[in-house]
Amino acid sequence: MNNNYESTTIRLLRHFIILLVVAFVFFPIVWTLSASLNPANTIVGQKIIPDNASLVHYKEIFTSDTHPFMLWMWNSIKISLITAFFSVSMTALAAYPFSRFHFTGRRNGLFMILLIQIFPQMLAMVAIYLLFLNIQNYIPSIGLNTHTALVLTYLGGSIGVNTWLMKGYLDTIPRSLEEAAYIDGASRFQAFVQIILPLARPILSVLFVLQFIRTYSEYILASILLNGTEKFTLAVGLQMFISDMYGKRMGVFSAAALVGAIPIVVLFMIFQDYIVHGLTGGGVKE
Amino acid sequence: MSIQDNMWKYLFKIIFLGIMDALSIWSAVILYNDSAYLLLIGLIIVVGAINIVYLIDKAYPMRYILPGTIFMVIFVVYPIFYTVYISFTNYGTGHVLDKQQVVNQLENRYFNPKDAEEFTFDTFKLEDKNEFILLFENEEGKRFIGYNNKLTPFENFDKKIIDSDNDGQIDQIAGYKRLPQMQLFQHLSSLQDLEYQLNDRILRMKNTEYFSSYIRQYKYDAEKDQLNSLRTDRVYKPSENGYFESKDGERLTPGFRTHIGWENYKKLLTDDRIFNPFLRVFIWTFEWAILSVFLTFSLGLFMAILLNDKNLRFRKIYRVILILPYAIPGFISVLVWRGLFNAEVGAVNNLLQFLSIGGIQWMQDPVWAKVALLIVNLWMGFPYMMLIALGSLQSISNNLYEAAAIDGASVWQKFRHITLPLLLVSLGPLLISSFAFNFNNFNVIYLFNEGGPAIPGAQTPAGATDILISYTYRLSFATGRGSDFGLASTVALFIFMITATITWFNFKYTGALEDVKENE
Repeated sequence: MNNNYESTTIRLLRHFIILLVVAFVFFPIVWTLSASLNPANTIVGQKIIPDNASLVHYKEIFTSDTHPFMLWMWNSIKISLITAFFSVSMTALAAYPFSRFHFTGRRNGLFMILLIQIFPQMLAMVAIYLLFLNIQNYIPSIGLNTHTALVLTYLGGSIGVNTWLMKGYLDTIPRSLEEAAYIDGASRFQAFVQIILPLARPILSVLFVLQFIRTYSEYILASILLNGTEKFTLAVGLQMFISDMYGKRMGVFSAAALVGAIPIVVLFMIFQDYIVHGLTGGGVKE
Repeated sequence: MSIQDNMWKYLFKIIFLGIMDALSIWSAVILYNDSAYLLLIGLIIVVGAINIVYLIDKAYPMRYILPGTIFMVIFVVYPIFYTVYISFTNYGTGHVLDKQQVVNQLENRYFNPKDAEEFTFDTFKLEDKNEFILLFENEEGKRFIGYNNKLTPFENFDKKIIDSDNDGQIDQIAGYKRLPQMQLFQHLSSLQDLEYQLNDRILRMKNTEYFSSYIRQYKYDAEKDQLNSLRTDRVYKPSENGYFESKDGERLTPGFRTHIGWENYKKLLTDDRIFNPFLRVFIWTFEWAILSVFLTFSLGLFMAILLNDKNLRFRKIYRVILILPYAIPGFISVLVWRGLFNAEVGAVNNLLQFLSIGGIQWMQDPVWAKVALLIVNLWMGFPYMMLIALGSLQSISNNLYEAAAIDGASVWQKFRHITLPLLLVSLGPLLISSFAFNFNNFNVIYLFNEGGPAIPGAQTPAGATDILISYTYRLSFATGRGSDFGLASTVALFIFMITATITWFNFKYTGALEDVKENE
């Protein structure tokens, strides 16, 4: 197909169809933006650009005592950062010997990592809930309604898939570099920290960002393990806030939704190419 | 590295392991005394593994793998097995406690016999502390002092009793001051906890005016494994479904959790009021996953073909805009769409009004609810398909199209016989992953309408748009209804088997399994 021959009509048709889909994409976004600027908290008969637009709803999400959006968002960011950091650290450690050492059980270990991925962690939600209910009797600080419990759970669920991806990348780093380091008297751990980790920086950051996004958007486990308003993540808090209250809380909700989406949208746009690349490698964003 | 360095390292290792082991033994004793055997076994395995790995040089690679493995074992592998275990129990509302705990609870029940003695009481309280002395008087005017769970006749009480103003009313006993009647209510719950032994009975608070004597209601006979009622001479034996039951069928609540064999599986597959909604959920789960993949892939591929032209104006801008839905966290998109589809105030119905289409009940009507969900998922999911299709389209050689053009193939024929087959080969595994993902796409289903509207006549909380995973969630954690962890785990295992099969084939297809084999 050579486009030089494409007639003007077809070219216009092409733009027209794309613009239809663009309108579909923009529809909820524009509408949310508009509702967030409309000082009345209802949306009946709303115009796209509301009369007397104001930032009153944005002010409320930063100051509301009854619905601490900023606290929820901070909880989400904190949990996601900690999870992403420890997940990537542990995965890097775990993937290294699988990529470099020869030891008995190596193949079975790899097989296990692959096998565990076929069981989505959230399917075991009942068991995870009861596990923390049980732990709570002994160590309340990692029992139900703690962020630690949530982070530990996320860590467990993220290690399988991340180790697999990390190992694939480490395999592409030539061994000669470490061998040179050994000759210079480096220990295996030193070679790992000083040679491999700096070279693996691209995959480390991709896995970090993907894990951050995944954790930030997680709802089901967070809603099971957390039950106090001040402990909620944004996903749980926002759901509680709005469910069946669209008639009364539309404005505040819209403002919170937009502010809550910003960190992820920004991250996504910055790391777009990496993420898309990682996707075709098999990872699915949640 | 010098020998001294090594020695320090070794010493450090030994000290670290020593401290850890000491702490573990200490915790193990606590766990053992509480008969928390599962946690105990877990602790022993983890600590044992750490010791072995750091003491034996041959286990060197494991030192890297162990931290991640511990997390994976505790929070993925163990829950899998625990889920299997729960599916064979009746764990859930009404069956939360184990048998021993239920026995303890029932043995702590008392009843107020007809010939019960009643005592009026005056309350004395230690200042700044929640400790009380009570002065009782029975119907015959005999007085007792209740102190430290014991009842002592007034005359025999050897501590100081003061009546400072000599009005006949005692003001202070052993330093405890009289609590004015007005303040009684503040301490009601503390007073209700007080118990005094009175011969073979127990003296407890009956109401704000009286304490009364109570008799224990049940006594557990460990040898015969039965509860004897001390009130009616009835005998309650533990039943298979987790209750203490008398011969004529009277059940004591709460029940206890117990193994019930394949009962949950049987119930799910043969009890019509549970099976029918389950079947509907099951079928919709497949419809949902297939339609979602089909719709998102169709639109995504279509957009990819439209954008796959380097000379297209605004191409970059279009691309950025079209992937926006994918960049927004899913839960936010779904909650926003939920508002848009709101029948009364939502924008969708407002828009439809312009076309003279009257208020569709998106949330209450099962069919429209499904349509709405597919639209939402299309919005959220097509950018991903567009991105992977764009990548894949660029790898198709132009020669093929040129050859087809020479043969006089139409645009449609080129798409049908070149583009689509090649894309399906390279994107097949991703489409299967997408199917598996949507199969368990809890967020969209649950956040949009909590799986509703409800299926009429269903005994379990099943909704018309529920998929298996949201159904599991609602069986366990739906507010208002009880939890049935046993049945929920059974459903979860069904999902597991289906997802596992899909993923397994996908691994075979992509050669991930061969990857592992090559690694030897």
